[in-house]
Amino acid sequence: MTALSGTSNLTVTSKDVGLRLHDLSVTYRSPGRPLVRAVAGVSLAVAPGQVVGLVGESGCGKSTLGKAAVGLLKPAGGRVTFNGRAVDTLGLRPRPSDQRGLQMVFQDPYASLNPRRRIGEQISDAVVLAGGTRERGRETARELLERVGLAAEFVDRFPHEFSGGQRQRIAIARVLAAEPSCIVADEPIAALDASAQASVANLLLDLARERNVGLLFISHDLSIVRQIADTVAVMYLGTVVESGPTAQVWDDPRHPYSKALISAVPRADGSGELPVDLPGDVPDPAFPPTGCRFHPRCPIATDACEVDEPALVEFLPERRAACSVLAPALTKVG
Amino acid sequence: MNATRLFLGDRLGADRTPSPDDDAPRRKPRRAGKSPWRSPLAVTGLAIIGVFLIAAVFASLISPEDPLAQKWPKYQSPSGDHWFGTDQLGRDILSRVIHGTRISLPLALLLVVLAMVIGTVLGAVAGYFGGWIDMVVMRCADLVLAFPAIILAMAVVAALGPNLTNAVLAVVIVSWPTYARVVRGLVLTLRQSDFVQADRLLGASGWRVLAVDLRPNLAGPVAVLAALDLGNAVLLLSGLSFLGLGAQPPAAEWGAMVNAGSANFDAWWVAVFPGAAILLSVLAFNFLGDTLRDALDPRTARAIRK
Repeated sequence: MTALSGTSNLTVTSKDVGLRLHDLSVTYRSPGRPLVRAVAGVSLAVAPGQVVGLVGESGCGKSTLGKAAVGLLKPAGGRVTFNGRAVDTLGLRPRPSDQRGLQMVFQDPYASLNPRRRIGEQISDAVVLAGGTRERGRETARELLERVGLAAEFVDRFPHEFSGGQRQRIAIARVLAAEPSCIVADEPIAALDASAQASVANLLLDLARERNVGLLFISHDLSIVRQIADTVAVMYLGTVVESGPTAQVWDDPRHPYSKALISAVPRADGSGELPVDLPGDVPDPAFPPTGCRFHPRCPIATDACEVDEPALVEFLPERRAACSVLAPALTKVG
Repeated sequence: MNATRLFLGDRLGADRTPSPDDDAPRRKPRRAGKSPWRSPLAVTGLAIIGVFLIAAVFASLISPEDPLAQKWPKYQSPSGDHWFGTDQLGRDILSRVIHGTRISLPLALLLVVLAMVIGTVLGAVAGYFGGWIDMVVMRCADLVLAFPAIILAMAVVAALGPNLTNAVLAVVIVSWPTYARVVRGLVLTLRQSDFVQADRLLGASGWRVLAVDLRPNLAGPVAVLAALDLGNAVLLLSGLSFLGLGAQPPAAEWGAMVNAGSANFDAWWVAVFPGAAILLSVLAFNFLGDTLRDALDPRTARAIRK
């Protein structure tokens, strides 16, 4: 993996290139219910050509974060910038052209393609919207279909003629037509069967490398994220608890939650060890625990954890963790 | 990186180089089983409409007499000379019924198209943009729907003056809200769908989403509604003429002819034949509407059959 050194170079030289989230928070308001802070202050950066994996349990705010990152949801606090400029929340106006390089691949390929339009038309939309001709769009659609591993002749077919994996490839082709420099992929493989998962994940990885596209890969499938991500961020109940280069986080997780999450991945090493169970369930995000959001389930929590909200501190280059118990020790190790 | 590829490939079965077989889309036969257009109802409907259309196009050739000529004794019962008899002014009723198709069918078609276009555009805009536009449009629709259609249409014609143009206008005014409601509901659910979001991210404006993304999704339901509405339109228009608010004498219009017949019940043929024409055309349009729904919206059709 040469990607690691590449990543650090990029972060040094071009601070504002790519997608950056600054202390982003997103809330859901519904009548008669308390405010839900689905994302509670997350900072992340995705440089061009970099693959960032965002992992966490269901309901921890991963998808909400992805939607807010591209402007489909309005942030309640913090900022999202793309190439140094603030990302607008989609309203009634068309999206400004300088933000169209930031695209999204959706989870459900059955919902993300218009059932009543030919796939060629849908792929060529981006070209036509960027001012290109229909012929140019059709040509692009044919090229991109081949790039994602489908036949160019499929341009005139309708989505119902394809399987889930093929649809997801078509959705990726549509996104590519916009010539993106950053793609947010919100659980792009969760709805697919195992063989399609691998090929779609590999396709996204290849595209990120060959076109120098930043990829925010949101997934709950740790083993896939481990395989394709350069850096990984672990999310728990709306906050990032640990982040760093994938291999390091995987081999040496520091935060008790990442430890538990990673050890929960079954290993075929023949030792017969069962994963360690975390006590309890993910709390209701409408009533998050005070202090550290993880403290009720944390094996090493102290009384102070119920009060202090830990900050994400960098204890090694590129490695961060949010834990007040570990904080002194972490820096010493570094 | 190579290691990555191998690992995933081994673990999950590589389909990196998709073989033609794998990627051949599952082509389904478009319509398995019987086409709805072959059902007896559809055939009957098509046949009746066909007969009426031929009558409308070739009315002057087919009809035995001039529909306005008053050269025969009045109130003659049906006979070999006058199959449908003659009316209170001694006009040939068969010729008048045939010529009536030239008023009822094109006008019904015209007003349904008008109502469809107006209702669809307003409903789509209200559903997509929401806010005050939605409020204004839908409250207007509610206002119209709160009146019985024929009463409101009468009021409109009474205000504008009784003639055929105003009657068409009145029927359009009472018909558009149905389309607006249906389309607004569809747009409300579709606008949140992933494929609309994806198109917005590519830079599509709201208008483009409506015109390009949602139009094909709305076309089917709206077409079904329009086909079912054609019968209604014929009925409403004849109703207004029956009340003396639509076609004015001496025009050969079915509703007006029924009205003339209602003055003299002894001469049953004066009202019965134009009335039967109204009945048959409405019935045929409804058959066609049902068939169209079966063809375009098999899910509802199946639910109804059960």
